[in-house]
Formats: sequence, C-alpha cells, structure tokens
Amino acid sequence: MELPFEVVDLPEADHPEEGAKAPDFTRPLVNGEYWEDTSLSALTEEGPVLLVFHPADGAFPTTYVFEELAERELDVRTVGVSISSPYEHADTLSERAFDLHGLYSDPAADIAALYDVENDLDRMSGIVEHRPAVFLVDAEREIRYAWAASEWPEFPDYDAVENAVEEL
Amino acid sequence: MADITLYRLQACPFCERVVRRLQELDLEYDSRFVEPLHSKRDAPKRVAGTRTVPVIVDDETGVTMAESANIVEYLDATYGGEA
Repeated sequence: MELPFEVVDLPEADHPEEGAKAPDFTRPLVNGEYWEDTSLSALTEEGPVLLVFHPADGAFPTTYVFEELAERELDVRTVGVSISSPYEHADTLSERAFDLHGLYSDPAADIAALYDVENDLDRMSGIVEHRPAVFLVDAEREIRYAWAASEWPEFPDYDAVENAVEEL
Repeated sequence: MADITLYRLQACPFCERVVRRLQELDLEYDSRFVEPLHSKRDAPKRVAGTRTVPVIVDDETGVTMAESANIVEYLDATYGGEA
C-alpha cells in the first residue's frame, strides 16, 4: 500500500542474520490443546521452523501476516512469538484459521531482546513487544532467511520467505 | 522430555497438590497447561478420558491417571520407596 507520507522508521536492529545460529530459548508454546515449555531447539530437531515475531495477538499486523502465510501453504512448521499470554494465544488459535504449529508466549519480550527485534510501544507504558520479523531456521538451527521490520509497520517480503522455504 | 507429563490448570489446588508431591519426590515432569473451560480440555480427555485435571501420564510405568488423591497415592507407592 502506497501512503502519501513517509512511514515511521524503527531504530536499527542488530538481529542475527543468515548463516548464524538461531539463539535458543524456552517459552510456553501454545497449540490447539495446551501449552508447554518448549525450546526452539526441540522444535528444530524435528525439522525446519519458520519463526515469526509479531505484535500482540489483537493487533492487525498479526492477522495480516498469518493470513498471508497461511494462504501460501508453506511446507514448513510456522511458529509465532508475541507478548500475548497463553490464554490469548489459545483464543487466537481457536478463532482463526492461521494454520500454525504453535504460538510462543513471551510477555516480557525477552526473546525480542535476544534477537534484537524489540519494539518499545509509544504511549503504552511498560509494554515492549516484538517488531515484525521472520527467521527461517533449519534442522541444525542455522538461520537460512532473516528479516526484521525497519518501519512501523512493515510487512515481510512473502515471496522471499516462500523462496527461502522452497530452497531448504 | 521427562517420563512424567502432568496435565494441569493454572491455580488449580488439586494440580498444585500433585506438583508439590512430584517435587518432594524429586521427580522430573513436563507440564501441559489447559484452559479453565471444560469444553476446551480436549487434551486430558484424549489421553485419560476425562476433562478433569490433574492428569498424569507416566511413560516409565505406562500409567495414565486422574484425580489428585489417586495420583499422590500412586506417586508415593511407585517412587516413595523405603530408601
């Protein structure tokens, strides 16, 4: 969408790039039935994972991103990460046909800090969330594709994500 | 992955009772949290045929069990030992 003004920039992010090892972490991973502390490495041991950092579940970019990814039927397990609680994640999964393997709950945005994709929200005091970012992580936990928003908002280059998944 | 998986509900006193005993017996366990609404508790229903929690699944012994009193009794009998 072309806007007749400059979209607001986000501060520079020094997130891990292609070829780097994806930092491991453990957070409650919510699926359709329950949530359980799950490490990223436990997921990647079973194959590649598309790790999608996104704004809080109710924000519209979350819906846009996951609807577009679902439409593309990527041959990879897609896992979201946001500050939303497990209860909100459970509602999101039951109400939306996002076709996700699961949603990580990271209320303190520690994983956003670990990946340097934090977004300190203006006039939502005390709330730091994850800026939109996509990391395709292979079975060796190597990052095969990396992108993080540099504007607020900005959306992934879905064709690039799709190509990266096909090249796995 | 621990041998024991506990299906639990946040702040459920019956579940916390089981957690306390698991910890007292120094047992490794994984926790799967379900939602308060019974209609949303498909996981314990699937593994144990009940929508009540706690439920434990013990891969070491092949036991799946509901009801906290029964679970505590089972844990004591199986892992309490006389040692």
